[in-house]
Amino acid sequence: MTAATTQQVMTINMGPQHPSTHGVLRLILEMDGETVVTATPQIGFLHRGVEKLAEHKTYHQFITLTDRLDYLAPMSNNLGYVLAVEKLLNIEAPKRSQYIRIILCELTRISSHLLWLATHALDIGAMTVFFYCFRERETLNDIFEMAAGARMNLSYVRIGGVARDLPDGFIEKVREFVNDFPARIRDYETLLTKNKIWLMRTKDVGVISAEDAINYGLSGPSIRGSGVKWDIRKSEPYSSYDEMDFIVPVGQTGDVYDRYNVRMEEMRQSNEIVRQAMDTIPKGEYITDIPDVAMPQKENLKKSMEALIHHFKIVTEGICPPVGEVYACVEAPKGELGYYVVSDGTKNPYRIKIRPPSFVNLEGLQKMIEGRLLADVVAVIGSLDIVLGEIDR
Amino acid sequence: MADVSTIGKKLKQKFPQAVTKVKTFRGELTISIDKDYIGRVARFLHSDKATDFDYLSDLCGVDKSRLDSSDTFEVVYHLYSLKQNHRVRLKVEIPASNPSIDTVTNVWKTADWHEREAYDMYGIIFEGHPNLERILTPEGFEGYPLRKDYPLKGRQPNSLREVYRKGEE
Amino acid sequence: MGLEAVFGDTILTTQIDKVVNWGRKNALWPMPFGLACCAIEMMSTVAPRYDLARFGAEVFRFSPRQSDLMIVAGTVTYKMAAVTKKIYDQMPEPKWVIAMGACASSGGIFDTYATVQGVEEIIPVDVYLPGCPPRPEALIHAVMEIQKKIDTESVIDE
Repeated sequence: MTAATTQQVMTINMGPQHPSTHGVLRLILEMDGETVVTATPQIGFLHRGVEKLAEHKTYHQFITLTDRLDYLAPMSNNLGYVLAVEKLLNIEAPKRSQYIRIILCELTRISSHLLWLATHALDIGAMTVFFYCFRERETLNDIFEMAAGARMNLSYVRIGGVARDLPDGFIEKVREFVNDFPARIRDYETLLTKNKIWLMRTKDVGVISAEDAINYGLSGPSIRGSGVKWDIRKSEPYSSYDEMDFIVPVGQTGDVYDRYNVRMEEMRQSNEIVRQAMDTIPKGEYITDIPDVAMPQKENLKKSMEALIHHFKIVTEGICPPVGEVYACVEAPKGELGYYVVSDGTKNPYRIKIRPPSFVNLEGLQKMIEGRLLADVVAVIGSLDIVLGEIDR
Repeated sequence: MADVSTIGKKLKQKFPQAVTKVKTFRGELTISIDKDYIGRVARFLHSDKATDFDYLSDLCGVDKSRLDSSDTFEVVYHLYSLKQNHRVRLKVEIPASNPSIDTVTNVWKTADWHEREAYDMYGIIFEGHPNLERILTPEGFEGYPLRKDYPLKGRQPNSLREVYRKGEE
Repeated sequence: MGLEAVFGDTILTTQIDKVVNWGRKNALWPMPFGLACCAIEMMSTVAPRYDLARFGAEVFRFSPRQSDLMIVAGTVTYKMAAVTKKIYDQMPEPKWVIAMGACASSGGIFDTYATVQGVEEIIPVDVYLPGCPPRPEALIHAVMEIQKKIDTESVIDE
């Protein structure tokens, strides 16, 4: 039955309090029987005014707020912002800190994809995966806690480096995880990849072509599922990603199943990147030694008067980058995460615009759902891997 | 990454009146465009084979009133080309008293929500936009929060009076 | 429950209190009002390592009509305020509320035009849980505090 044959179009409200909308997304669905005629997303239920708040914070203070945008991948958010500020200041972080950033970014990518897999499978009705994924997430949270002291919102990156060096025993712990993880992915795949129910729910559902995906501005796994081989880690390498050897998986048809496969493969690739980065991590400083912009090393605060003064000045007064504007982007787990920073030469950013990948990916939802069944809606939303924190900001 | 410096020249040849300023800062090319030309420039950059900007990364507003006390807004476009792997930033100045500009949703569909957000945050009117409504702020919100004259703590709880707890405890 | 009208505050009703409270506190059905970051830690609390089921509160129901404990996990914005109130009103009595995290307790770091400064402006809160986000152990502690609170309640008060 299509809309042409019947006259009755029914409006259904979905969300903002709904288990499968991954937060506070609201959809207004115009239904013809079981078929979706139009789906209009309503967002803003988590609009916290981060961009306005940024204009009243110093450059260092804003790092804490970036965590709370995409709270599933705090490191990528920290990094994207800090890269923008570093570009504005025209400085580069030391090699060791770049490697530390890679290790933690890729671990958060795995962590974020695990949460996506857990909830996506749960939405479609596979509960076991949820428990499996959270088991691995807890291990990752322990690892993050070792490095940054927090389980979720790390705030570990600093302008010019990272907050502190990797603690003793960190590399061993990560190595243990990296060695175990491929077998874990195989576990998930035995549950899902060839599962008949899973295939029926995901194959040829939520299809978007490559041209449409580009025009709608999708990025990350959502566009790669449609066969567009674009990964910012490859096309515009940052933070020494050009020294890592990895492949960018792509799908073919651009359906939910392809996006699932892309993310599963990305977890494997991230795992390998972490392994490479650990094997080749250079010795050296973890934060650059430019007293006016970068925090001094924590150990020096106890010994050096100058370090203490610089620390005090940066914390109380902040830093004043030159007048100008930059745009820096990173490949976050969800896609292109960009920060547009305008500086007027004072200690507060004049304007910070965050380009959140989920915000743009969600725009494609309407295109993917129209003409599909109501039950497919949750499958498609799950496959986009949205986080409302960064959509609404 | 391809050499982007030719884009400014090329655009200047094609639209002599449109380009008001070309600037490079930290390796990023910024082209200032006259307000009346944005639609044509966007279409040209999108379709031309050499520039090939098929991807609109970002679109946002900036309130410039405290930056150069000029009482203007700016609409900033970040374009990217997947094939050529280069980026450019377009900037269009519009007066704060009459903030309106042509939409680019007919070139990049992704501009839809970005423009709605710029409207919501700055009150910039995008002429020809299919559905220019507030997107992030609640229903009945007054004013435009990201304008510099809007206070950070400018809460508007009046519209929600009925959900508040009254005289309890 | 009707009995108290007949018997008043006597041994019969106090014994009923014990039974009823025992039942209520060991079978809490939380309504996970997951809004932001805290919702992820809330999910971790139900997941294998922390396993809220040990405290009888693992039956997360997304329908407010089936729940008696509302966990407000995340930032409440003005746009969400009316929804929060509505969901709370839909829950049957008796009901309890945990304000999970700094945002739900006080607005947290988001002191802006868009954010409600603490969910207690809209609904009554029983337990405030600090942290950004709080650890799962802390949420378990909050649930235990709710259990303690239930223990002190009486059917006569309702």
